[in-house]
Amino acid sequence: MRVAGKGLIDRSRSVPFEFDGERMTGHVGDTLASALLANDVRLIGRSFKYHRPRGILTAGSEEPNALVTIGNGAATDPNVRATTQELFEGLTARSQNRWPSLRFDLLSVNDLVSPFLGAGFYYKTFMWPRSFWEKVYEPFIRHAAGLGALSEESNADHYEKAFAFCDVLVIGAGPAGLMAALTAARAGLDVILADEDSQMGGRLLAETHQVNGMAGADWAAQVVAELAGMDNVRLMTRTTVTGAFDQGTFGALERVSHHRARADGLPRECFWRIVAQRSILCAGALERPIAFPNNDRPGIMTAGAVRAYLNRWGVVGGKEVAIFGNNNDAHQTARDLTAAGVKVTALIDSRADADVSGDFPVYTGAQVVQTAGRLGLDSVTIDQNGKRTKIRADVLGMSGGWNPTVHMTCHMNGRPVWNEAIQSFVPRPDMIPGMTVAGAANGTFSTHGCLSAGAEAANAVAQDLGKKAQKIDLPQAEDAPYRLTPLWAVEGKGRKWLDFQNDVHVKDVRLAAQENFRSVEHMKRYTTQGMATDQGKNSNVSALAVLADATGRGIPETGTTTFRPPYSPVAIAAMGAGGQAAGFAPQRFTTSHDASTERGAPMIEAGLWYRPSYFPRAGETHWRQSCDREVNMVREAVGICDVSTLGKIDIQGPDAAEFLDFVYANTFGTLKVGKVRYGLMLREDGHVMDDGTTARLGENHYVMTTTTAAAGLVMSHLDFVAQALRPDLDVQIVSVTEQWAQFAVAGPKSRDLLNGVLDAAIDDDTMPYMGCAAVGVSGVEGRLFRISFSGEHAYEVAVPSRYGESLYRLLLAQAEMLGGGPYGMEALNVLRIEKGFITHAEIHGRTTAFDIGMDRMVSQKKDCIGNALSRRPGLIDEDREQLVGLKPNGASKQLTAGAHLFNPGDKAERVNDQGYVTSVCYSPTLGTMLGLGFLKGGRARIGQTVRLVDHLRGVETLCEVCDPVFFDPEGGRLRG
Amino acid sequence: MGYSGFRVLKEGLFGQKGWKPVWRDPEPKPEYDVIIIGGGGHGLSTAYYLAKNHGITNVAVLERGYLGGGNIGRNTTIVRANYFLQGNSEFYSHSLKLWEGLEHELNYNVMHSQRGLINLFHSDGQRDAFVRRGNSMVNQGDDAILLDREGVRKHLPYLDFDNHRFPIYGGLYHPRGGTARHDAVAWGYARGADRRGVDLIQNCEVTGIDIQNGKVTGVQTSRGAIKAKKVAMVVAGRSSQVAAMAGMRLPIESHVLQAFVTEGLKPVIDHVVSFGMGHFYISQSDKGGLVFGGDLDFYSSYAQRGNLPMVEHVMEAGMSLMPMIGKAKVLRSWGGIMDMSPDGSPIIDKTHVDGLFLNCGWNYGGFKAVPASGWCLAHLMATGKPHDVAAKYRLDRFETGRSIMDEEGKGSQHNLH
Amino acid sequence: MRITCPHCGTRDGREFTYQGAAEILNRPDRDADLAVWADYLHNRDNPAGDTRDMWYHNPCGAWVVVDRNTVTHAVQGSTLASEART
Repeated sequence: MRVAGKGLIDRSRSVPFEFDGERMTGHVGDTLASALLANDVRLIGRSFKYHRPRGILTAGSEEPNALVTIGNGAATDPNVRATTQELFEGLTARSQNRWPSLRFDLLSVNDLVSPFLGAGFYYKTFMWPRSFWEKVYEPFIRHAAGLGALSEESNADHYEKAFAFCDVLVIGAGPAGLMAALTAARAGLDVILADEDSQMGGRLLAETHQVNGMAGADWAAQVVAELAGMDNVRLMTRTTVTGAFDQGTFGALERVSHHRARADGLPRECFWRIVAQRSILCAGALERPIAFPNNDRPGIMTAGAVRAYLNRWGVVGGKEVAIFGNNNDAHQTARDLTAAGVKVTALIDSRADADVSGDFPVYTGAQVVQTAGRLGLDSVTIDQNGKRTKIRADVLGMSGGWNPTVHMTCHMNGRPVWNEAIQSFVPRPDMIPGMTVAGAANGTFSTHGCLSAGAEAANAVAQDLGKKAQKIDLPQAEDAPYRLTPLWAVEGKGRKWLDFQNDVHVKDVRLAAQENFRSVEHMKRYTTQGMATDQGKNSNVSALAVLADATGRGIPETGTTTFRPPYSPVAIAAMGAGGQAAGFAPQRFTTSHDASTERGAPMIEAGLWYRPSYFPRAGETHWRQSCDREVNMVREAVGICDVSTLGKIDIQGPDAAEFLDFVYANTFGTLKVGKVRYGLMLREDGHVMDDGTTARLGENHYVMTTTTAAAGLVMSHLDFVAQALRPDLDVQIVSVTEQWAQFAVAGPKSRDLLNGVLDAAIDDDTMPYMGCAAVGVSGVEGRLFRISFSGEHAYEVAVPSRYGESLYRLLLAQAEMLGGGPYGMEALNVLRIEKGFITHAEIHGRTTAFDIGMDRMVSQKKDCIGNALSRRPGLIDEDREQLVGLKPNGASKQLTAGAHLFNPGDKAERVNDQGYVTSVCYSPTLGTMLGLGFLKGGRARIGQTVRLVDHLRGVETLCEVCDPVFFDPEGGRLRG
Repeated sequence: MGYSGFRVLKEGLFGQKGWKPVWRDPEPKPEYDVIIIGGGGHGLSTAYYLAKNHGITNVAVLERGYLGGGNIGRNTTIVRANYFLQGNSEFYSHSLKLWEGLEHELNYNVMHSQRGLINLFHSDGQRDAFVRRGNSMVNQGDDAILLDREGVRKHLPYLDFDNHRFPIYGGLYHPRGGTARHDAVAWGYARGADRRGVDLIQNCEVTGIDIQNGKVTGVQTSRGAIKAKKVAMVVAGRSSQVAAMAGMRLPIESHVLQAFVTEGLKPVIDHVVSFGMGHFYISQSDKGGLVFGGDLDFYSSYAQRGNLPMVEHVMEAGMSLMPMIGKAKVLRSWGGIMDMSPDGSPIIDKTHVDGLFLNCGWNYGGFKAVPASGWCLAHLMATGKPHDVAAKYRLDRFETGRSIMDEEGKGSQHNLH
Repeated sequence: MRITCPHCGTRDGREFTYQGAAEILNRPDRDADLAVWADYLHNRDNPAGDTRDMWYHNPCGAWVVVDRNTVTHAVQGSTLASEART
């Protein structure tokens, strides 16, 4: 219900919304939680394990109970905390984890059988019969567990990511954070002030304390206004700093449009990477509940939350409020309620010596020992010196004291230290490099103390960064001492909840200790304490106090579990923004891309590149028809293929030749200017890294080609060799892959075609096999290489990329006049398999030069990368799998890549495995399927028959082992 | 004390008062036949099988922190036997067979759930490589099914089949693959070993390895010297440090591998799904959290925590592959310290010190290996001979070049496997 | 993580590619024993603490030797690989 005259909400503006289909109204400034309380809704969800009725526990992001689903369809957003969701017009929220309805939830039967469902019970049962786990038990458990549900529709919302940089990041805009930001900003530092709330001020918005003679919220607004007017300050509301990472990097989630009915082009959220030289953590403190029997009923909340709902939102969750605490701060809630005219039925303080006075019944030395109310609190029973009294209350505010919000200080594995005075953990210095902690997060709880600590922290940072410390006139503020006597769990029977969402109660922790899960980590993992969506923010300290008691240790010796990022949960869509659909990886397009797609070529991924698969012609209904035609076209006329995706690396310098001799297994120093040579590159471990051709364009100038797949790897490898291993060599290396467009012109009519586009005609003398030269291509300075990946008389012609598309179109036009045309990756693959040329299907990283029959290329006259270790006995063992060709020679004519090879009489089992098939194709040239593969001792088995077995595709074929070069083994066509 | 549904009912009726400690907390004895350094999954399963298979019960497991506190408590819980190369294939096959009876073997519900694993591929070349792997699996006697795009769609209708940067060509389906409850595996083996007389000693850090005349004689610990005839180092994540106590320099680099879990959600992902282009893998825990991970952070680290670039990359991969998980909120991230070996495969071997054994280098494969790793190390320690399925996990393979099991074909760069 | 490239200044870690310990700079002589070579390429000190390792700054192509701590992730400094060996 609303309380007259209270709150920062705008009562003049009503906001309609819906909860579980029921229409209600709230006001501008409400959260969903405050609006629900205003509408007298107390039952909001069900707990995880026992499906107990649950209401609102807190007024912040730490809320474990009041989780709802917002929105519909693809926009469905599960597990939204009602306590942080700002109300907007048309908001629709639904309760979760209940069936068929929130008030009548069938699985609340779990609560009735809870005596059998103690901590870890599932480890001890569900084992019989064996097949029942996957079929019966697990499906039941899975359906009973979980909170909200995903829509199962693809994300349709917009999320963003951004970077920001600053001198100092201030995390939290309560009194300490505001003062820190103001001081740092006045000192001239670049400041980012981030706060998870929609409004800055932190706890000042929820208290009646005055600051400098004005309402705390007004003072906060005044500071925010000053900060907003400064160029060196960025204010980030609705922004949770989620994690601390190395070298002053922070993750932060800005909820950009969750508070709006319509996004109007705004992203839902933006995930920030903030790099800060220094940070000041002013994250405040979180109040902890007290464990007493049935302390989980809707209506029971933290005392600070009761106060926040009253003071900030002008609501109380009922008509009669009781307060139960072990500290002075809880008294303030009773005073504020009374002052606002709300009936306080009891202030129960567990301390016999508590100094309380007020216009309400006070019970000192008393404890709440029972509560009643099926779907919401009706009454509490207290015990005072053995005397039990039942007190009417539909709201109970409880306070076990406050825990500093130390979470982020632990993100780099640091452990906080126990502080006896506040009975909680506080950060140690320097747990995060460059971070200081100020205010309640550091265990300073008075407003005055927070203001002062914030200013001091900022001044220290300013001086550290070479600025002058600011003289600060600290505003007047309350400086009441914080006193408490620890009370973790009251004595007596009944379930006393610690972790409200996961349904972990005191007895579970004690059972864990009884079963010797005494380590705090064991207890956590065994009971699931602290593993719910609040990550133990509400319960961890109490739970380990209970564990300490159960194991007879002190709390400091018991230790803590680790807080890890994110501070509060972050949507995958936010941290993964940009990754959806095509955004996951860059797309690289060749200059011929449009010309290829115009011809209907399906484009396929080749690393980050797109390359044409084949070029369908009218009447062709299957890719094989196009492919066969393209192969025949290259073998009989001429074909054009864009090979620009191959890596191209320009290598220059007096020591370029020596450098190449060091990175290639074979020799390049002897290569004549104007010639090209095939090169085999090894990794230092003696296996093949890559292969390609390198042309010597001048005495000190080479251009290397790499495979498409290894272009980046080879480039960084060459840089590594040049800089790290051979800085003695005078050589410069640069990738020119993107600078040159390069096209294969292959087939018996290739020279005829080229002579139609080159400025000067070529012949076998001017451009012999494996020759290269600078050429004019229709007036453009280009390069010509007579190399072949098809086995045909062929060239590759290169021009600067800006001419690539024009040249491609020109080459196609010329080719078509000669009965040729473009060919795609499918035909390219067939052409190379017919010739036994290898790709990364064969040089897959486990292949040696020996395996592919190139061991003699590894020059022993010089050192090179991989030379020494390629001589390891295991790498030149005759029994190794060696590259062979395969042709069907039995009834089945089918070959499949990925099949394994066996001796014909052997069973197809691992122990008999003889090798495997890497590449296959149908060869229109030879009228059969061909395969390349690796076979144990294969070179000595040419002519033998092996059995190919592909279990997965159901193929079994007898094959003849052949030389891998199936077509034109003498190479006459290359040179012709 | 045996666990059963009946027992759970009975204890429920009597206020759970009858449950006994799952393990004792014995003081270390002055001498043992065998000392296992490391109370993680592998160390505990080694101790269990020494006792169970070989009757060697005068054994101590020395753990610096708490039992199961290393990588067995910080992984993505995937269990599979889908390797290509000989050496790995038979080992992980053996491990999966042990997983399949583990609840009954241990009388502990480790929740091994054979929900099926699907490795997606995104090009013809990837398909052929997966087929080669799948055929290895079948050759080994395990299960593998090739799915085309429509086959994948039937299992995983929520993937982005239409707009994906790397189109889904199909998948390799491994029906016996799945998950298990990671902590329960450690606790089940610990309980089983304890019940057979093994001393599990927590908060006991080994500070030195005693060697006389080339033979191990015991260890120095934070709780005093303990003698032993045989000592095994089973400390993935600290392998280099412990081995250095015996004068060894290992082919290991330590790396951080991050993993993530979301808030609890109603069932939505029924399989283990692995994305071939982004090194992203995901399953849903029985509690409802989506559990997922990706690649290493790629720099050597002992920090058990990572940085944002890999966090974001993993999330982007998830959004790319299955954009329906966008609204799932990441609740917690963590990092494990991975023993990365030069070929991505582990080492289970003797050392140059008589009586000193080494188990390390588990790379990404440690969790699913737990049963077979302990089985095989126990065999080696008890018989002096390597077990058949672990015979290739030799320490000297990098020098001889024989049986290098480089599944990824990345070569001897530790972080690329 | 942020690392300093001697050419470009302090940059986000995502601009760099890591390649292992700087032990790789001490490449043995071609004729050294196989055991020496195998140790060079495979075995690592792998310290839990201060280390030196190799990072490639992708935008500028510099190989950088970084002094770093594997436990705290503190970065102490960096030098160009081409200057680190002398």
